[in-house]
Amino acid sequence: MKDQLDRIIAATRKGAMSRREFLGRTTAMGISAGLAVALYGKVANAQEAKKGGVIRAGVYGGESTNSLDPALAASPVPVITCSTWGEMLCDVTPEGGLAMRIAEEATSSPDAKEWTFKIRQGVEFHNGKTVTAEDVVATLKRHTDEKAQSGALGIVQGIADMKAEGDKLVLTLSSANSDLPYLLADYHLAIQPNGGIDNPAEGIGAGPYKVEAFEPGVRTVFTKHANYFDSEVGHADQVEILVINDNTARTAALQSGQVHMINRVDPKISELLKGTEAVTIKQTAGRGHFVFIMHCDKAPFDNNDLRMALKLSIKRQEMVDKILGGLGSMGNDFPINASYPLFDDTIPQREYDAAQAEEFYKKSGHDGSPIILRSAPGAFPGAVDAANLFAASANAAGIPLQVKLEPDDGYWTNVWNVEPFCASYWGGRAVQDQMYTTAYLSTADWNDTKFKNQEFDDLLVAARGELDEAKKKADYSRMANILRDEGGLILPMFNDFVEGVRTDIGGWFDDPNGELMNGRALSRCWLG
Amino acid sequence: MKLTLSATIGICLTALFVLSAIFAPWIAPYPLDLAVGGVWEDPSSQYWLGTDTIGRDILSRLIYGGQITIFVALASSLLAFSLGAFFGFLAAVKGGWTDQILSRIVDMMMAIPSLIVALVILSVLPLNLTVLIFVMGILDSTRVFRLARAVAMDIAVMDYVEAAKLRGEGQGWVIFREILPNALSPLVAEFGLRFIFAVLFISTLSFLGLGIQPPLADWGGMVKENKDGLIYGKAAALMPAAAIAALAISVNLVADWVLGRTTSLKGGRGG
Amino acid sequence: MHPLLKLVIQRLALGFLLLLVVSAVIFLGVEALPGDTAQAILGQSATPQALANLREQMGLNDPPLTRYFDWLGGVMTGDLGKSLTNGADIAQAIGQRLGNTLFLAACAAVISVPLALILGLIAARYAGKWPDKVISAITLTTISLPEFVAAYFVIYLLTQVIPLFQPVAMVFPGMSFGAKLHAVALPVIVLVMVVLAHMMRMTRAAILNVMQSAYIETAELKGVRPMQIIWRHAFPNAIAPIVSVVVLNLAYLVVGVVVVEVVFGYNALGQFLVDHVTKRDLPVVQAVGLVFAGVYIMLNILADVIAIFANPRLRHPK
Repeated sequence: MKDQLDRIIAATRKGAMSRREFLGRTTAMGISAGLAVALYGKVANAQEAKKGGVIRAGVYGGESTNSLDPALAASPVPVITCSTWGEMLCDVTPEGGLAMRIAEEATSSPDAKEWTFKIRQGVEFHNGKTVTAEDVVATLKRHTDEKAQSGALGIVQGIADMKAEGDKLVLTLSSANSDLPYLLADYHLAIQPNGGIDNPAEGIGAGPYKVEAFEPGVRTVFTKHANYFDSEVGHADQVEILVINDNTARTAALQSGQVHMINRVDPKISELLKGTEAVTIKQTAGRGHFVFIMHCDKAPFDNNDLRMALKLSIKRQEMVDKILGGLGSMGNDFPINASYPLFDDTIPQREYDAAQAEEFYKKSGHDGSPIILRSAPGAFPGAVDAANLFAASANAAGIPLQVKLEPDDGYWTNVWNVEPFCASYWGGRAVQDQMYTTAYLSTADWNDTKFKNQEFDDLLVAARGELDEAKKKADYSRMANILRDEGGLILPMFNDFVEGVRTDIGGWFDDPNGELMNGRALSRCWLG
Repeated sequence: MKLTLSATIGICLTALFVLSAIFAPWIAPYPLDLAVGGVWEDPSSQYWLGTDTIGRDILSRLIYGGQITIFVALASSLLAFSLGAFFGFLAAVKGGWTDQILSRIVDMMMAIPSLIVALVILSVLPLNLTVLIFVMGILDSTRVFRLARAVAMDIAVMDYVEAAKLRGEGQGWVIFREILPNALSPLVAEFGLRFIFAVLFISTLSFLGLGIQPPLADWGGMVKENKDGLIYGKAAALMPAAAIAALAISVNLVADWVLGRTTSLKGGRGG
Repeated sequence: MHPLLKLVIQRLALGFLLLLVVSAVIFLGVEALPGDTAQAILGQSATPQALANLREQMGLNDPPLTRYFDWLGGVMTGDLGKSLTNGADIAQAIGQRLGNTLFLAACAAVISVPLALILGLIAARYAGKWPDKVISAITLTTISLPEFVAAYFVIYLLTQVIPLFQPVAMVFPGMSFGAKLHAVALPVIVLVMVVLAHMMRMTRAAILNVMQSAYIETAELKGVRPMQIIWRHAFPNAIAPIVSVVVLNLAYLVVGVVVVEVVFGYNALGQFLVDHVTKRDLPVVQAVGLVFAGVYIMLNILADVIAIFANPRLRHPK
């Protein structure tokens, strides 16, 4: 066993084994999970980080309409760009903990209503200015200004008062929130000098790399920020993001060595790519999920028996196998999985059950007219195939489900949130509270299932202010059960991040928070 | 008029494509949209051309896809020809303001790249076959207009047309009885080319996601579905690509033959 | 005034007028797009409040006619405005990308035009014999392949099987000329394949057409060598149709290469335009549409003028 362990450690040091693989192999050998994590930390840190060189990433999801303004970042390229030049108050670690960045320390009052962040001293912006608590206040203020159209508006809205007191930032919330630091790790909230009020798209922040050249939809070139505060981050002299939206060109670029890493490897391709040398496939369980959403307030979906019939008539494993090529996991009709902190893994997995589905369908008293499910190729990758599979399995259970194809163009305007039953997707959020608040609270802007449940809302608010983790977990578990059994959400699958990395890249770790190591791949990896 | 070897090949292949499209439901070994095998299986006795990106039989999809590709291309080229030839002849016969206005409208339409126009229009209108055919037909009619006008101009000065005009025949007579029969050969040859361009154009639109919608697929769409396997030596994408090329080549061979006939009709020697 | 000069000026004026009409047509066309810019920019995650703010900020509440004339006034003074989606200066953004578009088109043209003419001449010289048949067969195949098929084929062949070039063809300011040429090699190969056949076939047809004339027969009877006949007598007289097809293909190389840009990630105008169409960024779509139309119209004027110069019969119209 000693030999085997040595081999695994050696492989990990060379960067040939991911954290996930390491934990899998070592726990398989009988080492406890806790010990394995600690061991990995030691081994991975022992890896010699090499300095210098140029790392290039080929990234899907950029347009020539993109901007450097972090408030507007929405698609993969701007998000990763933002995470490379920007620095937030804190980061969410791959394990779901907090890593302090610009803030050195975060403390809250016992009722979780007032939060104090101690700003790290001597952190420098790319323009040479020192980061102050005032800059942080200005940044948060800019995102509250509705004219900034910030994607983080929902996060900062709940802050009733913000002020700088010397090197401290004091935030007073309108209602208690024990998860606030997690929310402030959002990539939109990169700290900018004076909040970026004068020129939000300047691309000046306090992150490990500064923007050297930016061509929207083409590439971004970064050089190392010489005075960056953390020597463990930022190994290459220069990093580049090349926008390559075409799948074939992206994989070809990875194989030919034009880029060192790519995101969004097609599940079918990943099997073939595994056979090529110089490239490894990284598969990371994430929080994103593909869904079919029913409006709980519109007939026939206002009938919970009918909703239940549909939930029971979907073949989840088949979806994971055929739509995700096995690179994902089954969903359980609530938007939380094991990648979230405080996830309750004792909730039973819902399976396909034609007999029970038929029973529920009969009980619902539906008139037997076709139930229309709308889908479009762009609703999520494979959405049309998924809808067809769903219809086939539902028909087998005697439910007259019928797919209607919609054009991609205008799908998010004319179909999603308008039609009562359609295909959609969600990326995950940092914590359960954020996910539920975004889409399942009765009053949420994006409540796309029109789900209104008083008990659920009360639990959500209670859990948000709850500092006792056990109680909080119990609240979340109860909410998950309510949504699972009464909600309008059919969630067949969570999709993994599937990424391709060349073997000369060291320092890779799996991060469920987002693709390409939550956008940190360029600043945390090195060229070996 | 003698059939050359290449013309024979062209005619046979074209006929094969058209017939298999017409009789698709009887010929195709598997349904259009059923995953019967594994992903990207190699050709075998069970699946003659292998299976596609989600395990559907490629041969069956090719046969059904041919139905759509040929139908849409044929319908839109016919539309382009009816419109383009009619207005082209009209411009040539009437001359003056009619010619000026029609020609300037066509100039304007041609000044905007047709792919861009198609992208814009197809994102305005609901995506279905009728819309697709109309958009392609109208865009393509500008090119037919130019050719038809030029050919008709040549013919309109011929003695027999002048004679017909002097006899007091109406414009309809002049267009349909005098000009059309004499302009038919170059137009038929051009029809072949336009048909091919239509096939390529649908493929391109499908490739950009604005053409035929799944689960139906034209050949261009099939290339798109399977292209990711191409650089790993999975031949699935090559099958529809080869079908597009084969159809285009065979129609071209026929068009060449018609063109050759035209020149010989004129009494020249030609190749 | 010299009648030729007058003709050229007439064409230019007409072209300008055409451009104006085209700008209005593009404006109306894009205006008719469903959905709205604000929603398209913010996507699925847009809050109603953010949508309303964005709409107001972008002046989407003004009447269309006001916006059109504001824009037209700007264009006359060289100001194309700012992109609605990322606030970038449009003239500047287009300038750089137009440069890339023209660079790619020029590279493809420099190879394909002479090649097409030479192949066309050879095919005409040996009409019906094996060189003609081989050339015809090859060009027939290349014209019959959709661009993207040719593109993936070339990627497979020249980056995976024989790793000579890079699959992603982006060019940047500051790159050396050689590096740029290396970067665009694959798209250039594809474009040459696509445009070659059309030009070559027209050259061949036009020359064969002229070869039927009486004066060619005379030359033949005098015993002039065939290649000389083609080069000295047939080619100059066949130039008008050839030029018009060459120009058509040049225009295509500038305005019609969206697919090639998409596949190779080439940062030029086509891709830029498509991105902005999907985001409903009106000012950018307008500006690029105008540039494309301008290029097309100018090239056509050029073709007309060359045809007039080359052909005495056209020089003196009745």
